[in-house]
Amino acid sequence: MRPQRTINRWATGLAAAAVALAVSGAAAQAEPQRGGTLNSTLWPEPPGIVIGINLNAPTLLPSTKIFEGLLTYDFQLNPQPMLAESWEVSEDGLTYTFNLRDDVTWHDGEPFTSQDVVYTLTEFIPEVHARSRPTFARAKVEAPDDHTVVLTLEEPYGPLIRSFDAIGAPIVPEHVYAGSDIRENPVNRSPIGTGPFKFSEWKSGEYIHLVRNDDYYLDGRPYLDEIYYRFIPDSASRALALETGQVQLATQNDIELVDLGRLEAMPHLEVTTKGWEWGAPISWLEMNHRREPFGDVRFRKAVMYALDHAFIRDNIFFGYAKVPTGPIHSSSPFYTDDVVTYEHDPDKARALLDEMGLTPDGDGVRAEIGLLGLPYGELWDRLSQYIKQALGEVGVEVTLEASDVAGWGSRIANWDVDMSTTYLTTLSDPALGVARSYITDNQKKGVLFTNTAGYSNPEVDRLFAEAASEPNHEKRLEMYHEVQKIIADEVALAWLAELQWPTVHDAKLKNVVRNGLGPNDNFAEAYFEQ
Amino acid sequence: MRQLGFLVGWLVKALVVVLAITILNFLLIRLAPGDPAIVMAGEAGAADERFLAQIRSDFGLDRPLLVQLGIYLKNVLTLDLGQSYRNQRAVVDMLFERLPATLLLTGSAYLFALVFGPLLGAIAAMKARTVYDSALMVVALFFYATPIFWVGLLLILVFSVQLGWLPPFGMQSLIPVEGTLARTLDILRHLILPAVTLGLFYVAVYVRLTRASMLETATLDYVKTARAKGLPEWRVATAHILRTALLPIITFAGLQAGHLVGGAIVVETVFAWPGIGRLAFDALFQRDYNLLLGVFLLSALMVVFFNMVTDILLRVADPRIGSRA
Repeated sequence: MRPQRTINRWATGLAAAAVALAVSGAAAQAEPQRGGTLNSTLWPEPPGIVIGINLNAPTLLPSTKIFEGLLTYDFQLNPQPMLAESWEVSEDGLTYTFNLRDDVTWHDGEPFTSQDVVYTLTEFIPEVHARSRPTFARAKVEAPDDHTVVLTLEEPYGPLIRSFDAIGAPIVPEHVYAGSDIRENPVNRSPIGTGPFKFSEWKSGEYIHLVRNDDYYLDGRPYLDEIYYRFIPDSASRALALETGQVQLATQNDIELVDLGRLEAMPHLEVTTKGWEWGAPISWLEMNHRREPFGDVRFRKAVMYALDHAFIRDNIFFGYAKVPTGPIHSSSPFYTDDVVTYEHDPDKARALLDEMGLTPDGDGVRAEIGLLGLPYGELWDRLSQYIKQALGEVGVEVTLEASDVAGWGSRIANWDVDMSTTYLTTLSDPALGVARSYITDNQKKGVLFTNTAGYSNPEVDRLFAEAASEPNHEKRLEMYHEVQKIIADEVALAWLAELQWPTVHDAKLKNVVRNGLGPNDNFAEAYFEQ
Repeated sequence: MRQLGFLVGWLVKALVVVLAITILNFLLIRLAPGDPAIVMAGEAGAADERFLAQIRSDFGLDRPLLVQLGIYLKNVLTLDLGQSYRNQRAVVDMLFERLPATLLLTGSAYLFALVFGPLLGAIAAMKARTVYDSALMVVALFFYATPIFWVGLLLILVFSVQLGWLPPFGMQSLIPVEGTLARTLDILRHLILPAVTLGLFYVAVYVRLTRASMLETATLDYVKTARAKGLPEWRVATAHILRTALLPIITFAGLQAGHLVGGAIVVETVFAWPGIGRLAFDALFQRDYNLLLGVFLLSALMVVFFNMVTDILLRVADPRIGSRA
């Protein structure tokens, strides 16, 4: 245990030095300049742009410029000020006090106060924000004065401090929503927030246009005059638009990974994979533990040994991925690599299958199973093809099953599959984004993104439950390290890749990715170098 | 009186067809595996039972299928096509918002094809088995056989990226252009590449169709008679051959006109054209039943309407058709 700690400390030191270097590097650059129009791709066209009412990826990109949270998070997911300029968590972890900025106004000119925060956390989120609803249901929210908000809990809840960003808890104006049907409120088509950019126009099928908020509370910011989010449905056209300079920003799935190398080589474009620490997506192969032979841990281990994770990283994801070691993403502060790992070893896989009694028949086939691949396009099809080949090599014959997204979701939610591929964001805290896929309580038939694999281990359940309500960070770390060891050993899921979404942007566009929220930051600091 | 009877008969048939299509679509969509509530919850990145139940009750998905069908048909009669699940907006609004863009694109491509297709086809027929004919047919075959998206990307590469003459995507410039004339020109500039891309395919179809039809007609006895009467060759070609040869072209053009609404999905995708085809495509994957049914209904109405127009045009082109009936 001790050497591990030392390494961690050393790594932290190194990271701090790197940050210091980066900061001094930034200071050496020219001063940010005012002005300019940012054109970004956005696909698909979002259903709405009020966070909470909608939470899909294309909703978040424009709406995080309009709405803000009390806090934001750096690359290590440490809280940073936003609408709250300071905050305090009591020793027992039961009281959170936020001191709000007193110089903030809504886009319609009304002043922003603690009442807006109380309304958001006690009415808006419980009504529409399905993901954050359970988090804030634990807290009593009060406003002793216009610029102070106090949350009181009955028992400590570790993830709470990482739940105040613009996505998890976007603060909305009480004077606009109070007393209305939130989902039906006409303001949802032209939202009012506190962010550095104001909504201007949404042209269906074409673009969303945001303009600079001249009354923004940070002096001189934002630097950009306006942002257009253009809906370009075809990925080849999106790549062309970046090449020709028609757009200066694309992110996440916008560009096919196969095109990235070409774009990266262009002098006027830059590619970064940072900025998805908050979302931390992991892709995995899910085996239905309720069906044989997946209930047998030896089979699941055999699958892990049969897969060549380095091949997946290099040839399916073209290097835009990392090999995962377990349920927690390596960018998480709770991650440990001190777990059982599975080097590619087909012989070990065969031995495990032999041990189970799954011996090859005359055609060399030990078992026949189905695989329902994620229907998100070519990359995921190639991943399914690879899994079929790799398992075929050890005698497990895989039949690929095709579906569209709707059918895929229904079958997985209703436990009607052998194996499936998927990816899921693991979010800012294991209690929010990891536990849901592993705890027994969360096996909910008919509901997607729950423990659909059917994994169950009472010890894991206990550790997740205790870690969530443990106020001491060190103790939480220990519990999550323990849980990673167990889950990796039992191969609850066959993890395939930690996804590293690329953000491609014009080299002149600066401060695009400056914290753990990446392109979902509010862009107050983004500017064009002239 | 005969004409009136024809019209009334047509309208009754049209109504029955549209009703049948609506019911069939309604039932077929629901046969497809996949639950719109799960898709929506999935998109929201958050799924709990309460949210799923809320979505199902909001859109009446928790009621028996036949009850849902009854409510839908009743609403359609009052032109209420319901709310889009995903966008939470009235389907009628969404359709009318996108319809002009699609009609502009498909209509331009259609006109382009109707002008150049039969013209080039007639030339090919008149110069049959010469080098002109062969060249035309090779080019036509090329555009007929090449996938539309590829032609589109190729045109973008040449005319937008290399030459920089035309914008690669969208329907208008981002920075709004002042003045009606300037705006119209701006939209026209954006229209050229997608309309030509879509049009080239249909030009190819019409060239082949016209050529084949004219060559076939040219062998008929009445054409021989016309030539025997000593009429000049151009007069034989235009007055005798072309008029009869036009019949299959009118039929085909009528069928194609019916697809003006939904026939441009690929081109709309490549050129980010804000039309209805793309709306339908996305609605399908989102299991956005109401939106999809709305597009289908509009599409069915167009097909039925243009079939009627085609029938009338055929009667004009060939009076024998009406009298035979």
